[in-house]
Amino acid sequence: MTALSFADPINLPEELVMMRDQVRRFVETEIVPNGDAWEEAEMIPREIFRKLGDMGVLGMRHPVEYGGTDLGPVASILLAEELGRSTYGGVPASVTVHTDMSATHISRRGSPEQKQKYLPGACAGTKIAAIAVTEPGAGSDVAGLKTRAVRDGDDFVINGSKIYITNGIYADFYIVAARTDPEAKGSRGISLFLVDKGTPGLIVGKKLRKHGDLCSDTAELFFEDLRVPADSLLGELHKGFYAIMDNFQNERMVLAGFSLGACMRALELTLEHTRTRKAFGGTLWDLQATRQKIAMLATKVSAARALTYHAAQMDAQGLDCIIEISQAKIFACETHVEVVNACLQLHGGMGFMHGTPIERMTRDARIQTIGGGASEVMLEEIAKRL
Amino acid sequence: MTSSTLTDFHQPDAIALRDQVRAWVQGMAPDQGPDWEARGTTPRLVYQSLGQAGLLGLRHSLEWGGTARGPVASVILAEELCRSTYSGMAEAVMIHTDMSAVHLAHGGSQAICARHLPAMIRGDQICGVAVTEPGAGSDVARLSTRAEKRGDHYLLNGTKNYVTNAVHGDLIIVASKTDPDAKPTRAVSLFAVPTDLPGLTIRPMPRKHGMRSSDIAVMDFADAALPAGALLYEENQGFGAIMARFQDERLAVAAMSVGMAETALQVTLTHVRARQAFDGTLWDLQATRQRLSWLNAQTNGARALVHETAIRLARGEDCAAEVLMAKSLAGETLLDVIRGCLQLHGGLGFLEGETIERIGRDARVMTIGGGATEVLLEQVARRM
Repeated sequence: MTALSFADPINLPEELVMMRDQVRRFVETEIVPNGDAWEEAEMIPREIFRKLGDMGVLGMRHPVEYGGTDLGPVASILLAEELGRSTYGGVPASVTVHTDMSATHISRRGSPEQKQKYLPGACAGTKIAAIAVTEPGAGSDVAGLKTRAVRDGDDFVINGSKIYITNGIYADFYIVAARTDPEAKGSRGISLFLVDKGTPGLIVGKKLRKHGDLCSDTAELFFEDLRVPADSLLGELHKGFYAIMDNFQNERMVLAGFSLGACMRALELTLEHTRTRKAFGGTLWDLQATRQKIAMLATKVSAARALTYHAAQMDAQGLDCIIEISQAKIFACETHVEVVNACLQLHGGMGFMHGTPIERMTRDARIQTIGGGASEVMLEEIAKRL
Repeated sequence: MTSSTLTDFHQPDAIALRDQVRAWVQGMAPDQGPDWEARGTTPRLVYQSLGQAGLLGLRHSLEWGGTARGPVASVILAEELCRSTYSGMAEAVMIHTDMSAVHLAHGGSQAICARHLPAMIRGDQICGVAVTEPGAGSDVARLSTRAEKRGDHYLLNGTKNYVTNAVHGDLIIVASKTDPDAKPTRAVSLFAVPTDLPGLTIRPMPRKHGMRSSDIAVMDFADAALPAGALLYEENQGFGAIMARFQDERLAVAAMSVGMAETALQVTLTHVRARQAFDGTLWDLQATRQRLSWLNAQTNGARALVHETAIRLARGEDCAAEVLMAKSLAGETLLDVIRGCLQLHGGLGFLEGETIERIGRDARVMTIGGGATEVLLEQVARRM
């Protein structure tokens, strides 16, 4: 394997370097050899979550008393990078939705009972989490969601539907966003609920077929008079929008991390290919156009990386860094799309063949500028703060 | 927690330095910049003012009156001087502080250092560096100026061009071949050449596209006799010395690009928020916001790389590739920023005297000087 040497982020603690090495070995031995089969099956075996749980990397954003290690955002990005290096985008998608985009709502806002019920299993990888916010009529524009939750005695009754839910098929519990105050407009009046798999009225639709990230399962969910007890309310009533926005910041950093890992691996694969592929009396690497292209892409990845870790370190210190995170998300994810596109080009016809890693990586990259806040939404977030 | 624990750029001394340079820039009289542009140079009084503020000795040792602050300080100085919107002044000053006089400190005798460094740190003397020739730019190995040893003198012959600070400067660090038979990397030596050296003719070059607040000249050497003590480093060690200092130089150039891009974005933001069009301001149009925000994100990406690289350099880490990347990306990003910013100024951006028009012209050299992007990317590729 050609290792491209990207300098480590500055101020990386030793414990995180060790964690990263451990995850990298896991990716090489457990994920890369099996990824094709998972893509075919459109699912990642539960066993992988349990093994990651045993390694202690599923609880890095959860409190120690509930089985986590509480290592902060830099750890999240490192994990996402390493999973991104696997070349199977569905793996970071599925795993980081579990670790960083859904269960984190419980660590941030859950009651002690909710934490006790869900977090130890989430940390161990025995209970898989999903987050259900997006609806057919509300994606990046969260305030437009229509799913309703109505108080009825000691319960809430939920009606509506969700779409594009990662881990939607195989998750054990869902964090569902629903409108609790129909009078309040837009962002006000939304609440979060914890819903267990198997609750009557929760209907998991068919597995959605995707452009990329094939090994992660994505589902449509329907709620038909889904009845949950009042203590399923996660966080404050009507304050769900703010919780979603809050957790979005973490989600966006993690998406940047996944993009960075995938970029670094795509460049390694392309370096390897161009150095061995014969053409015009030498190798592709002997051609200046190839070298200049790869050098500039590596440069952009280095910058995106510096920006992302800077944002994460600011976040770890509790500083206001929404603009930095928005910059990192768009810069890393747009660079990702640019990198895989150029790398596929340098692979020639082979890059167009199903089964070539770069072909898969190009499909997997495409969602990165859409999910977790589209690039255009990131730009508005930046504009608001200029 | 306060931001002061974040990085070297957030430490109290770094923040104080930034405030200090910013205050100096804000203290410039309104007619100063236009005067420099018209005269084609940054006057000595400006250097002396910066010297009094203690801003010319950031990279020099305490022994000569400097403060030995390292690469982080250089980046701050470069970024903030560019906020003046007269990048030619920033260029002239950064060449003086970070790209030329540093060779005296690293390779000069005690006598040369004592004669020049304290005066340069005060701003009483101005320094420059002459490597480029009509036939050798980014390709340093091709240079042909000769220095022949004749007893206790060297005899210099040849031509240097694009020498910033040569018209009004006092001392120029000149690269010459001392061993024409050796391979290029072992053939070059560096000399400290006073601009009034007999046999040296300095001719100002034609007016530049941008960076007009800095002067630029051709240096013709015709049997110019230079005392042997003017040799810096060891004989034939000049190529390595140039390469060693290139890291500082390129970091400073990268930081200038970042400072210029940030300034251009700020100037444009002010413009679009005030400019009325289509029943609102230009900023009310989503196309405007999206374009400026994307340029802002890219500029911050380049800035993060420049800052991280400065911190690594300060720690003595090997970051040859990162310096090359930082310089390439910052320059290229600046050109993208300028294109967008000038566009958003409309016809106004096309008028001479407009700030964005000037920064736009100044920016054009930033992907060329200090190693063209293409040359630097080759060097990045070589390290892969």
